[in-house]
Amino acid sequence: MGATAAQKILARASGKEAVRPGEYVIADIDLAMVHDSMGPVCEVLFRAGVDKAWDPDRIVCVLDHWNPPPTVRDAETYNFIRSAVKKLGIKHFYGQNAGVCHQVLIEKGHILPGMLVVGADSHTISYGALGAAASGIGHSEMAYVFTTGKLWFKVPETIKFIIEGSLPPRVSSKDVILSLAGKYSVEAAQYKAVEFAGTACNDLSIASRITMCNMAAEIGAKFAFFETDKKTTDYLMERAQRHFGVVAADSDASYEAVYHEEVSTLEPQVAFPFSVDNVKPVSKVGDIKIHQAVLGSCTNARLEDLRMAAGVMAGRKVHPDVRMLVIPASWEVYRDAVREGIVMRLSESGAIICNAGCGPCMGGHMGLLASGEVCIATTNRNFKGRMGSPESELYLASPATVAASAITGKITDPRGL
Amino acid sequence: MISKIKGRVWKFGDNVDTDVMTSGKYINLPMDELKRHAFEEVRPEFAQKASPGDMIVAGRNFGCGSSRETAPAALKALGIGAVVAESFARIFYRNSIAIGLPAIVCPGAASLGNDGDEAEASLADRKVINHTTGKVLDFQAFPDEMLRVLECGGIEPLLKQMKNT
Repeated sequence: MGATAAQKILARASGKEAVRPGEYVIADIDLAMVHDSMGPVCEVLFRAGVDKAWDPDRIVCVLDHWNPPPTVRDAETYNFIRSAVKKLGIKHFYGQNAGVCHQVLIEKGHILPGMLVVGADSHTISYGALGAAASGIGHSEMAYVFTTGKLWFKVPETIKFIIEGSLPPRVSSKDVILSLAGKYSVEAAQYKAVEFAGTACNDLSIASRITMCNMAAEIGAKFAFFETDKKTTDYLMERAQRHFGVVAADSDASYEAVYHEEVSTLEPQVAFPFSVDNVKPVSKVGDIKIHQAVLGSCTNARLEDLRMAAGVMAGRKVHPDVRMLVIPASWEVYRDAVREGIVMRLSESGAIICNAGCGPCMGGHMGLLASGEVCIATTNRNFKGRMGSPESELYLASPATVAASAITGKITDPRGL
Repeated sequence: MISKIKGRVWKFGDNVDTDVMTSGKYINLPMDELKRHAFEEVRPEFAQKASPGDMIVAGRNFGCGSSRETAPAALKALGIGAVVAESFARIFYRNSIAIGLPAIVCPGAASLGNDGDEAEASLADRKVINHTTGKVLDFQAFPDEMLRVLECGGIEPLLKQMKNT
């Protein structure tokens, strides 16, 4: 019997020939990611008397959630983090001008196929777009990883989505993953690894694959994988920080379930409050006025997303009752968008261009909602109060749908604009 | 060590996310302040009325969403002795163990009882007992890796212990 990608990586990292789903292993961590969570991680470490990291070269820290700091308290925390980075000798620190941690780690070549990565953020799973087994943990467990370089894992079952067909214009990988959430629920992949395959997946750019893996967290997944192909190796050619091989699931691997999807007629999808699986096709949304439109986050704020929004908005203005925030996922994305003229076009349409980072996605910073306000966003979660007031409402959609909605002032099908 | 798990039931449904446990608006506050906002958006009375030993009893996928460890930490800081659910979202589950808060996977948890019932959990006997209704549910043993952390009271005391041995 062959092995899935998750089994292969966990077997290698725990020094075993093979592992079975349900088995517990202690694995060596290839890379540990922290963002602003570096603060609480180091508080635990220092209280426990630990002042050395197991391997400072295998830790990456990116400041993204409250950057630049909106309060004095946050500014103090950032200074604490900077001093802790020095104290522990962390080699890879991205402070004030990098972007959202996940995008930065991928762009800077820290993530390679076959790696076992943990991050103190639930969207760490995004790295599966490049074939890494990556998963979120909390700050206490991260303190343990910093100290020992190891962590226990339960070997997951794997479910496979074989996605065929070609996406229609202005329908993107965000619509695909939202449709999967709607169809299979927010716990479809609880404790499980997910493998995405099929012709539609092969056609997706690395950026679009990141979106799918990112939101695999919203169906409960522990790891998510795309197959490593020429797009992956081309992407890594000038970025990879180390040599890498390719880890692929065996053709006779055993899956808990295999689902077949066809996306050639897929409509743009919208997740309604207050759950990511509360999904409707845009044609069934009805008349929903919005006050804010957010194009941002680790889910959907890469160059192709900004380009799509600029294309949809071409020459039109943001509706006078709407604030549109554009928050590039990274400084690399920001600069590329400037060079391509996208920033100018979005700005002329009336969008507010913000600093690269997490923005208001998790309700901490830069563009929160008042009670009674409605927002449509390219972000990943629409829980009650997620982006501000508990009396606000948040709808999730693709960059094209968010851009179209910003123009009309209500949730709008981007294909008709 | 694990504190007493005997008190009142706080009943929740399925897919309770960590944003409603500790909202992003508050997660940078010191725990003494943060805990007063726990479940503010869905159970405003919770933070004031939760007492040491009380138990959260929930349905499926408890703790989905963000990896924020403040979520189980705020519950623990309010004295919650255990969270008993049909199933947990994996990061919340790991985080609970990592801070020494027993997260108990218990088939049938959703029908264990109602708000305010007197209940008790025994890790040694692997039982949850609703004293108000007499209902008793069994649960499986924790794997060794988790038990070691729980018995230590969490990762931080475990790291201290490792440092001293």
